[in-house]
Amino acid sequence: MDMSFTDDELAFQNEVREFLRDELPSEMADKVAKGIELGKDDMERWHAILNARGWLAPNWPKSFGGAEWNAVQRHIFDTEAAAANAPRIVPFGLSMLGPVLQKFGSKEQQDHWLPRILDGSDWWCQGYSEPGAGSDLASLKTRAVRDGDHYVVNGQKTWTTLGQHANMIFCLVRTDPDAKQQEGISFLLIDMNTPGVEVRPIILLDGSDEVNEVWFTDVRVPVENLVGDENEGWTYAKYLLTHERANIAGVGFSQAGLAAVKRMARAENHNGRPLIENPHFAARVAQVDIDLRAMATSNLRIISKAAAGGAPGLEASMLKVKGSIIRQEINDLARRVAGPYAMPFASEALEGANDTIPDPLGAGPVAAQYFNNRKLSIFGGSNEIQRGIIAKVTMSGGRA
Amino acid sequence: MNFELTEERQMLQDTLRRYLREKYTTAVRNDILTSDAGLSADIWSELAELGVLGALFTEEMGGFGGAGFDLAVVFEELGRAGVVEPVLDSALMGGRLLASAGKSDMVEEVIAGSLHLAVAHGEPGGRYDMDHVHTKADGGVLIGRKAVVMNAEAADHLIVSARDGDAIALYLVAKDAKGLDIQGYPLLAGGRAGEVTLDKTPCEPLNLSLTDLQAATSLALVAISAEALGAMESATHLTKDYLMTRTQFGRPIGTFQTLAHRMADLLIELEQARSAVINAAGYLEASDADLHLSATKNLIGRIGRLVAEESIQMHGGIAMTQEYELAHIAKRIVMADHRFGDTDYHLERFIALSAA
Ligand SMILES: Cc1cc2nc3c(=O)[nH]c(=O)nc-3n(C[C@H](O)[C@H](O)[C@H](O)COP(=O)(O)OP(=O)(O)OC[C@H]3O[C@@H](n4cnc5c(N)ncnc54)[C@H](O)[C@@H]3O)c2cc1C
Repeated sequence: MDMSFTDDELAFQNEVREFLRDELPSEMADKVAKGIELGKDDMERWHAILNARGWLAPNWPKSFGGAEWNAVQRHIFDTEAAAANAPRIVPFGLSMLGPVLQKFGSKEQQDHWLPRILDGSDWWCQGYSEPGAGSDLASLKTRAVRDGDHYVVNGQKTWTTLGQHANMIFCLVRTDPDAKQQEGISFLLIDMNTPGVEVRPIILLDGSDEVNEVWFTDVRVPVENLVGDENEGWTYAKYLLTHERANIAGVGFSQAGLAAVKRMARAENHNGRPLIENPHFAARVAQVDIDLRAMATSNLRIISKAAAGGAPGLEASMLKVKGSIIRQEINDLARRVAGPYAMPFASEALEGANDTIPDPLGAGPVAAQYFNNRKLSIFGGSNEIQRGIIAKVTMSGGRA
Repeated sequence: MNFELTEERQMLQDTLRRYLREKYTTAVRNDILTSDAGLSADIWSELAELGVLGALFTEEMGGFGGAGFDLAVVFEELGRAGVVEPVLDSALMGGRLLASAGKSDMVEEVIAGSLHLAVAHGEPGGRYDMDHVHTKADGGVLIGRKAVVMNAEAADHLIVSARDGDAIALYLVAKDAKGLDIQGYPLLAGGRAGEVTLDKTPCEPLNLSLTDLQAATSLALVAISAEALGAMESATHLTKDYLMTRTQFGRPIGTFQTLAHRMADLLIELEQARSAVINAAGYLEASDADLHLSATKNLIGRIGRLVAEESIQMHGGIAMTQEYELAHIAKRIVMADHRFGDTDYHLERFIALSAA
């Protein structure tokens, strides 16, 4: 048992800190700290900065232009980046599609699409969920019918995060309606500028416009955009989900969020004393702090096992559940600290109208974030689905 | 012991519920939410016509209710429908303060729906502390700043707390008074508020003290708790319906035991919330009213959070969309915790009062 980083890991941590200090634009960090939605420009700029350093694709092999970091290095980067209020990397091309193409894509697909993910030529979004297929993803209905050199796609995807910025979408589509649910699904890459693709925004309860519906009407997709084999898409989709789990616990976000709560609670007064000294509030903060410290170690335990080649299926589900609960608890603390000033509605959706909104703690829209982050326990496999996996694997010898 | 509503209150409840169900649909409300005014003048005058505003005042004051249970009935229905019109701040708090000050002409206008009020008490940095007042009253003018003043822009008059020497007293300020500045903004759960600056603003003393404001706040605590209860009833209702109709894996999701049990927990807690609101309304005039009010507000804060979060979770993504009724209802529930003292504030007050 050795709880400390190795010399190499410490050196890497230093390198990351220096990089963030020198390269992370302060106005961008400021936006992240204040919970202001980032624009497409911001995200592309941050990707370009990371790409210039060769750090944009930490999980990709060097042969594909990735950094090929091990799990501990990735953890160090994620933690430092969150502490510095760096924007999140947009995961769809980098963490999701990239690994799938590297494992199952053709040489042509790899040569064409992977460099375009790195240099920002393409913005990808994830077309999995449908109105009728959420947790039960395999019940998806979007149809793709082969017609010569094309597939003709009809149907609807929903909850498509940042689809409004995307020019490409990777989709799960049904190619064999007669096969067993999981066996008739294919993995298709679709250019969103093709006639028949329509993107409609969904406004979320905090006023944000981060998700969309994507409609397909007789959309013609060249057959070379099929990844792997027809009707084998479910295998690729599941492989992708294991990569979606990187940084699943969000320890860095929680640590940064808790630090912000403490900072705000030192500035806010209750009965003439800083709120942080109030026993009831202090107890709430301490409780989360205690949980987070243990989870940070769970995360490292699991990650170092992964670095040593272990398979973190069950543990990933555990980290997802606990990690989301802790992050949501921190969002709850933040709205409590703000007191009456949690009520004003500051939102990017209001554009210029935010100027008059008071924000004495510099906390940003804490209540909006509290509501927005309810998504953490819903998407990427809801916490109920994760618990189901944990129970199944543990009690009936099933597999995650 | 009799837990039935009186005939009059039952009628009030039926009428208001029917009216809101027909008129205050999700679409109508969502239009109001995004409107510049943040409230509907039509709805306001219809609420007055239906007698909803009058029910907040005793016969002596020119109304036909005014007791704790009248408030509970009205606000539970407003909460159920997610009404954003400022009945609580403008009519109840503002109106009842003016009634205490003997301004019967103005109260009459409030009941008729033709006069809007705002209570400007909280100040920046004051959080929920009642006696955090730095605004000064000095020779007929007010100087200071007020925070998150509900309905400030729509109000014809503001009722402002200020210190005259050491004592806190209340003053009436007309909307066009010199030196009055209001920076308005929308609220996350609907409606509008503003930051109010008073720069040597002429005012009229109301001969009301902090004690009177505390009494009005007690009414507000009954109202906001009942409103949150009504919203919780809506949330659980929507969730129950959704669990029975949404299918995944070939069956209604409500048949998954994990969700079924959590739905049952919500129903159990909802009964607790109902009783807590009855306690608040019933003990409003009792000598230990404050103890009961804090107990209620604390419980409503805790259960409200549970109901809002669990309802969203059990719905999945759909509940995250602004268009869906639950989104607004959940915001009303959670944001009620930020008014007149939150869960922790009332826990502390309950502890202090129980020790006394
Ligand atoms: C903000 C946001 C962004 C998203 N981004 C994307 C995206 O970019 N691309 C994409 O494809 N999808 C995306 N999603 C969709 C997300 O993956 C789904 O919301 C998720 O799979 C849940 O599906 P659902 O919302 O249809 O809920 P449902 O599956 O209908 O679930 C409703 C409730 O039932 C529970 N439940 C369902 N089945 C079971 C069971 N067997 N046992 C116990 N409980 C069960 C769920 O846990 C939930 O509580 C996003 C969602 C959100 C909210």
